[in-house]
Amino acid sequence: MAQLLTINGLSAGTEDKPILHNIDLSVGTGETHVLMGPNGAGKSTLGHVIMGDSAYQVTSGAIEFDGEDVTQKGADKRSLAGIFLSYQAPVEVPGVPLYSFLRTICQMRPELKTTARKFRQRVAKISEQLEIDDSFLTRELNVGFSGGEKKKIEMLQLLLLRPKLAILDETDSGLDVDALQIVSRGIEAYRADCDGALLMITHNTRILEKLSVDRTHVMVKGNLVAEGPASLIDDIDANGFGRFEGAVEKDEA
Amino acid sequence: MSSNDTPELDERGRSKVADVDRSLYDFTKSEEGYERYEDGLTPDIVRSISSKKNEPQWMLDMRLKALAEYHRRDMAPNYGPSIEGLDLNNISTYVSPKTKQAKDWDDVPEDIKDTFERLGIPQAERESLAGVGAQYDSEIVYHNMREEVAKYGVVYTTIEDALQDPKWEPVVKQYFGTLIPMTDHKFAALHYAVWSGGSFVYVPKGVRVDYPLQSYFRLNAQGAGQFEHTLIIVEEGADLHFIEGCSAPKYYEANLHAGAVELFVKDGARLRYSTIENWSKNMYNLNTKRARVASDARMEWVSGSFGSHVSYLYPTTILQGDRSSCEFTGITFAGATQDLDTGCKVVLNGKDTTASVETKSISKDGGLNTFRSSIIVGRHADRARATVSCQSLMLDDISRSDTIPAMDVRNATAQVGHEATIGRISDDTVLYLMSRGCSEAEARSMVVNGFANPVSKELPLEYAVEMNNLIKLEMEGAIG
Repeated sequence: MAQLLTINGLSAGTEDKPILHNIDLSVGTGETHVLMGPNGAGKSTLGHVIMGDSAYQVTSGAIEFDGEDVTQKGADKRSLAGIFLSYQAPVEVPGVPLYSFLRTICQMRPELKTTARKFRQRVAKISEQLEIDDSFLTRELNVGFSGGEKKKIEMLQLLLLRPKLAILDETDSGLDVDALQIVSRGIEAYRADCDGALLMITHNTRILEKLSVDRTHVMVKGNLVAEGPASLIDDIDANGFGRFEGAVEKDEA
Repeated sequence: MSSNDTPELDERGRSKVADVDRSLYDFTKSEEGYERYEDGLTPDIVRSISSKKNEPQWMLDMRLKALAEYHRRDMAPNYGPSIEGLDLNNISTYVSPKTKQAKDWDDVPEDIKDTFERLGIPQAERESLAGVGAQYDSEIVYHNMREEVAKYGVVYTTIEDALQDPKWEPVVKQYFGTLIPMTDHKFAALHYAVWSGGSFVYVPKGVRVDYPLQSYFRLNAQGAGQFEHTLIIVEEGADLHFIEGCSAPKYYEANLHAGAVELFVKDGARLRYSTIENWSKNMYNLNTKRARVASDARMEWVSGSFGSHVSYLYPTTILQGDRSSCEFTGITFAGATQDLDTGCKVVLNGKDTTASVETKSISKDGGLNTFRSSIIVGRHADRARATVSCQSLMLDDISRSDTIPAMDVRNATAQVGHEATIGRISDDTVLYLMSRGCSEAEARSMVVNGFANPVSKELPLEYAVEMNNLIKLEMEGAIG
């Protein structure tokens, strides 16, 4: 299958601290990948670097997306090209009504531009799927939303924007059983309707049960130390990250 | 986005936020053929202003007394922005376009009409206003009100015209200068010596004016002052929304605005007073506004200050009657070369009075914002309640924002609260919005507009749109 995302020899970090070391990772069109690793391994950083977060600097290597080198591109350009990052902690933006925000981010994409009426119908349909109450749409973007509500709003944006690649950064963390189910439904809908690729950053294997995972990557201390089929998840579930951590320590020694 | 956009980045690599677009206001018209009084201030100038207006003797006496007061007084202690650049000997106190006041825009001279057309005034009048007054330099050039409003006895005219009317002259005499005394400060004295233009509004008992009245003040002349006086009386149980807009083109010489606004809100009445001020950046805006609110009455201020080089502006509300209330919603935007000292003052004298103040300020490019609030609760104001909230947004590291709240509470049952926050646009917020496809400029603009939203939604629609345009922040560079 054609590669959608190709990361080659990527090292990145903040001004004073290298975080990611020589990362190689590829995601094919429509594939589902899982990125696992202990806390502080750099998984979220990788997600942010793929999105183009300017808080991190790429010191070497390249990120290619949909046949184009996007290493030097801003997050807005990457978003328009079809990358989506669902945040672990979505930001609150006071004074910006959710609905008009959704309308704005859709209208700026030629492929999604539509009439006000059709747009309203699209939003209504997806909101129903995600059990989002209409009253949320008139509220300010993420302001005062609970953790679960914020994640649902991230799913709403995901389904509206129909990206080619969705990076879900611990979208399942901190959710109760019901919310987790709704978010899983959102992810399934994205896979089914948009034929989009997924890069799931997660600790929780439960959300993966319903997804057919193509590849699993394991990150420890900023290094990708293992890659394998879906069964690797069960292995980690049973045995933890211990043996991978050992591998990095040996490398360092 | 065009490809020749040159990125302009600050030292931290963030793109620059563009200045408020002033092109809408920055056009000038010739002063040729205008009547312009000599710079500086003499009794002769005051007499000639008065005689030109054919004023009653008491008004001339008041002017001369005010002039003496002005010369007698020292400059107020300079607690805020410097006004050294203002030399009153170089300010012409009276500049009059050679035209009579018209009731039809077609009778307004072409260049002046064009000015107001460009500011959108006649269009707003047709669409959403009950009446319009338009002042150009020192004189009102257009004044008109819908007939159905006049039918209810509502009066909307100039103070000059009211003084010529035997029915209204005593009313003006009864109220004029009683709320803001000429001894208030040096510029109040100056105002009463040379005031010209402005509005007189009278809303009879029980009359609700469904559409707003609007006065627009345009200062075209260079090195001139504008000293309009607004006097509004809203009788018992009546209801009015009054809008004032102000703008001027940019000159290199200082201009001065020292108007006075006196508002009387009677028992059970409501007055909403909205202002969008966008003076040019050579303007010294030393304006005084005051409202006196009777029992069960309500005063609402909505204020947007974007322009001027220096502003000293603190609308004052005196909640005199029991159960009277006021709400002040304001936003101030200070850019390069601007030092804006704004805020408000509320005096709670009646029992069970309530005051709510919510202000926002935005500073950028070295602009200085100072918010001053003063809440004074009198001895007899049992159960008075006041809340003050002030939020400041700084768009860079070279701007400055200060909050100076003052409270003087003399009643043990009163409740007074104050909160202030100063913030910046966080990089996380910008990234979040960019990761959904907004350019950096769009993201920053969205945050700023969101910040201003609680104020802009209080404004009449056409001004809310104008305000959003004023805050339109443009992207000048992209981050790689």
